[in-house]
Amino acid sequence: MKIRILAVLCVAFFVNSCSEDNDINAVPIGITLNFSHSWGENEVTNADFNTLKFTNDNGDQISIEHLRYLISEIVLTHESGVITTLDDYNLVDVTNNEGLTFTTSAAIIPGDYTSVSFRFGFSDENNIDGVYTDLNTASFNVPTILGGGYHHMQFDGKYIDDSDAEAPFNYHVINAFDLTNINDPVNTSFQLNIGAVAVGGNTNINLNMDISEWFKTPNTWNLNEYDVNLMSNYEAQLLMNQNGASVFSVISITQ
Amino acid sequence: MSCSNSETEDEYIPIPYSLEVPQIFQEKLIEPLIPTNNPLTEEGVALGKKLFFDTKLSGNNTQSCASCHNPRNAFTDETRFSDGVDGNFGTRNSMPIFNLAWNFSDRFAWDGKELGLERQALEPVKNPIEMHSNWDEVASKLQQDTQYPTLFLEAFGTSTIDSTLITKAIAQFERILISGNSKFDQHLAGNATLTLQELNGFNVFMDETKGDCFHCHGSDNNPLWTDNDFHNNGLDATFTDLGLGAVTGDPNDNGKFRSPSLRNLAFTAPYMHDGRFATLEEVIDFYSEGLQISSTIDPLMKKVNQGGVQLTPQDKADLKAFLLSLTDNEFVSNPNFQN
Repeated sequence: MKIRILAVLCVAFFVNSCSEDNDINAVPIGITLNFSHSWGENEVTNADFNTLKFTNDNGDQISIEHLRYLISEIVLTHESGVITTLDDYNLVDVTNNEGLTFTTSAAIIPGDYTSVSFRFGFSDENNIDGVYTDLNTASFNVPTILGGGYHHMQFDGKYIDDSDAEAPFNYHVINAFDLTNINDPVNTSFQLNIGAVAVGGNTNINLNMDISEWFKTPNTWNLNEYDVNLMSNYEAQLLMNQNGASVFSVISITQ
Repeated sequence: MSCSNSETEDEYIPIPYSLEVPQIFQEKLIEPLIPTNNPLTEEGVALGKKLFFDTKLSGNNTQSCASCHNPRNAFTDETRFSDGVDGNFGTRNSMPIFNLAWNFSDRFAWDGKELGLERQALEPVKNPIEMHSNWDEVASKLQQDTQYPTLFLEAFGTSTIDSTLITKAIAQFERILISGNSKFDQHLAGNATLTLQELNGFNVFMDETKGDCFHCHGSDNNPLWTDNDFHNNGLDATFTDLGLGAVTGDPNDNGKFRSPSLRNLAFTAPYMHDGRFATLEEVIDFYSEGLQISSTIDPLMKKVNQGGVQLTPQDKADLKAFLLSLTDNEFVSNPNFQN
């Protein structure tokens, strides 16, 4: 019990983070998020890209050519009720096999957390146009005429359309921006609750994105209807947001 | 001078070079990539500049790097293919040289075959259709020069000249070639006003349903105006030049070439990796109506099945006006970059 109380005190110190004489014994640590990808039950890596080897729920053959997405706002709720929100963000770039493993930079006090969550994309608060130099350099921006800020995801590929021709698709998730009502964009990022996590010295949270779910639940995606110019398609963005709710799952949490 | 009183070679300490990074780059981009094993120094940069313009690097002493990379043309030349010292022509258009320190993939040349700027500088000297020399011969010529041994001593602490130090010096000079003062940059800084046509052109550039250029060519938030990545932009239905595919051996990379920066297009014609388009109008027409379908075409070329993005004549004219607002006259006339 003493250890648990000590941990709670440490969290309080961390959240406030203004004490100059912090002599708490528990050593703050990072947690690591590992991202894997699948199409249903089958693992997907960038070695699977560029071939029409996948079939979506609508029966369309598709290929994946570019896939990268943003993770931000990791929130840890300690069993004491203290909530820690980390400012970290990470671009998962499956195409180039970069960012698939991400360790938080801000220190976390070890202990039992009743919930840990992260956000797919940026919240409105963090989706500030042009301020993230690494994302600018990676050309992950959204044009100002579509609300500015950043993509939540860029997912490009090809599919066989209804006329049996190969056609491109650009499944780009950004905030839903109604060009007829530009003052009321809808934030299409979303939080994923990982659940309770005992954060120890080497905590790895292994997550999976089932890419097929982007085309599946609850909206069966018809690429012949929604393939390109989706950034400026308000309705399509809302549908993507609905489908995004089921794409991530927790594979395991290891210590 | 930051050398000591001692005359021993290894005690000279070069002066660190202070890179002048434009404000817009400081605000929007991550720090430039300067290798720890080749830091910029005043002496190294000055030596690199002298080497860049020196014809001793070619087999018959007639060509320098600047022969194909003219500062007045944003460090490219005006021909489709450049002729080497023996009058032979290559198959690629000479690439402009600027803002290379922000190429974080560190892959250079149209096809990305050169890993690292120092390694890139090795290639033209020994290429038989370019400078047609060899590095031993070049090093020997420079070693016998009255000035170079001292300059290498000051830059690198040794007067013994070899290809490694020569290319390090050239790479240092190339890394200071920064272009970030166009009319559009001044517009972003609040110091210039774009014309209505230039503004309309910028909107065409950024509009997903029109030009949709920003996914590969940067934006007001990525002032490099390139993603420094490789794409098949639909030039050909079949490939005579495999581009990145010939480098990686991956058929999925066939027909892919680096996205060039759109800065300084006023100086860098002709365009594309093979210089096939003489004018900006031809380039814009190509993206509007001339795309060719192939197996590796980038899905960002979304209207390939309609031949292109189908711009109106007004959109095309506006887009051209915007692109020319990325012209940096100061860069091409900067005396620090001239011989």
